[in-house]
Amino acid sequence: MQILVNGEPVATDARDLAELCASLGFTEAKVATAVNGCFVASAKRGLTPLAPKDEIEIVAPRQGG
Amino acid sequence: MFDIYGERFTSRLLLGTAQYPSPATLKEAVEASSAEIVTVSLRRESARMRAGKGFWELIEQLGVRVLPNTAGCHNAKEAVATAEMARELFDTPWVKLEVIANDDTLQPELFGLVEAASILVAQGFQVLPYTTEDLSAAEKLAGAGCRVLMPWASPIGSARGLINRDGLKTLRAYFPDTTLIVDAGIGAPSQAAEAMELGYDAVLLNTAVAKAGDPVKMAEAFARAVEAGRLGFEAGLIEPRDMASPSTPVAGTPFFKIDRVS
Repeated sequence: MQILVNGEPVATDARDLAELCASLGFTEAKVATAVNGCFVASAKRGLTPLAPKDEIEIVAPRQGG
Repeated sequence: MFDIYGERFTSRLLLGTAQYPSPATLKEAVEASSAEIVTVSLRRESARMRAGKGFWELIEQLGVRVLPNTAGCHNAKEAVATAEMARELFDTPWVKLEVIANDDTLQPELFGLVEAASILVAQGFQVLPYTTEDLSAAEKLAGAGCRVLMPWASPIGSARGLINRDGLKTLRAYFPDTTLIVDAGIGAPSQAAEAMELGYDAVLLNTAVAKAGDPVKMAEAFARAVEAGRLGFEAGLIEPRDMASPSTPVAGTPFFKIDRVS
């Protein structure tokens, strides 16, 4: 299915958010996630199924003012 | 010492971590500033670049508290979701809550700010809202449970200093027991000192240090200015007056003639 990850189209077979993060190499990374504008805690990623056209955000620490 | 949600801090300068010419300069500037709190953000992470990892390792080396922001959010929903992600990522209940009205002024969108603050306080966040000097907004934010308010001095990155000094003075007088931090628009150490002389608890700035010719030296300059301004406030400033008042005693002036006194 086709989804958006950080604004970019991605084709994936991941059934849930945890599988998606693993497939992108983020399993051990210090990242936070949101699906369709709503925060998803790391512990809930495996309980968060994905559907076509879902919009996923995967964010990490960055410089800020 | 000043207070942020029950925690006490010595340094009254909070420093942003963006726009430095290099990570090494950022590290040296934070050290020179004596800041105990730095602001950070979160941004989309690339699986290939992994920019977040290196930055976070640098921040951990500094041993300072982090204050995550919600920069770039234009409504309450985005700001709440960003704050929730930041809480998990940085393991802190603190959030510098920004809801931005437009990209030209980067001014706070006060209605969305109050809405987001109410939601986040209910979720247990300790909210530090980036606001204006507007009293009614400040009252709403305090009513929502914000124990710290961060009014702007002028638009972010503008270096214009305190464009509404009277408004900031009124806000300070109106909220004598709330921690007030001037955030944004400070361009020179003298402007930071001016904010501190008004009785503000602290100053938060980024661009003025990061984009200075010598960011490390400027960080030290701001540290001294903030300290000087605070000392001045604590010492009690004299009131300005319209006319001169001689500081040297008049009595005993040589060649004094009574007919010179009008």
